[in-house]
Amino acid sequence: MAADKENKSNPVRVAPFITILIFLVLGFIGIMTGEVNRVLEQAVQVCLSCIGIG
Amino acid sequence: MEIIRKWVQTIMTLLVNGSWSFPFTRTIYQGPLKVVCSPGLNCYSCPAATTYCPIGSLQQLMAGIRIALENGQNFFGFYVIGTMGVFGGAFGRLICGWACPFGLIQELLHKIPSKKFSIPRNLKYLKYAFLLFFVILLPLVVVDGFGYGELWFCKYICPAGTLEAGLPMLMLQPALSQTIGLVFFNKLTILIGFVIWSVLASRPFCRTTCPLGAFYALFQKIKVVKLRLSEENCTKCEACHSVCPMGIKFNEAPQDAECIYCLKCMKEACKFEAISIEIAGISLGGQESVKPPRPKRNNAVA
Repeated sequence: MAADKENKSNPVRVAPFITILIFLVLGFIGIMTGEVNRVLEQAVQVCLSCIGIG
Repeated sequence: MEIIRKWVQTIMTLLVNGSWSFPFTRTIYQGPLKVVCSPGLNCYSCPAATTYCPIGSLQQLMAGIRIALENGQNFFGFYVIGTMGVFGGAFGRLICGWACPFGLIQELLHKIPSKKFSIPRNLKYLKYAFLLFFVILLPLVVVDGFGYGELWFCKYICPAGTLEAGLPMLMLQPALSQTIGLVFFNKLTILIGFVIWSVLASRPFCRTTCPLGAFYALFQKIKVVKLRLSEENCTKCEACHSVCPMGIKFNEAPQDAECIYCLKCMKEACKFEAISIEIAGISLGGQESVKPPRPKRNNAVA
């Protein structure tokens, strides 16, 4: 009962879901521009800079 | 709760490092899962890594923006930033406490018995500088004759890369040792420094240097999962101060961006049900265990 009362006084926050939606759209734009393939190309190669060599 | 968290950390570490064929292939995993983002900091040049590191990929895209644009490719890092933003908006730094392999390593190192030290609070701002300069601006602005930038954070700072990728790759491909130089020894020194610091202090890399933690911290006020302090129940006993691995005084700053949601304050320290979890504004009702109620001041006198 007390928890119900508290939830009524604290309505659902919408801001997190709007934020997630914005970033989902951003990610989707990235997918549409072919960025996924670029990320994959980079990730399957040994990154010498990443490991401090080269 | 701490046991559950350790299990989740271990499982997440194994999930993002799930390729164990490297002793035979002597190189990194190169399959299609590498389009999936690791929520925590995990070098994608680690031989076992099955996901990409958001910080490494973001630098790669920043460093290559000019060349991509010249080739008619509009690569601005939207896919990587979008994925990071979804993680941040949903969980924020809960990921640091529950899903980061390098966080787990630091926690295990901190279990080594030794004298323990605190970390000056002001050092927390350093990680935002690393995110802004070493991950975004320097790779974007400082370019070579071909228009390609460097991965400043990966190349000059990241101890996770040295530990998870540099040292294992040197063992798998001994020929690489002929190419190591000052850059490698600089990174090795930084790694050794953080290993020693992690024994002496709790999560020093997360608190002072991690650009991914800095990015997730930006979502502190608007993410889905939050901790809530009940002012009514809080006795200001400060029990939550002593258990926090991030040095937060929870009852004084319940929305501190350093919080990694290990829940030690809620489950181990607070006896008065003053701390509860909230999901998008809906409280989950605090602790389930039976705890003594807050003593009333009038009765205390008697």
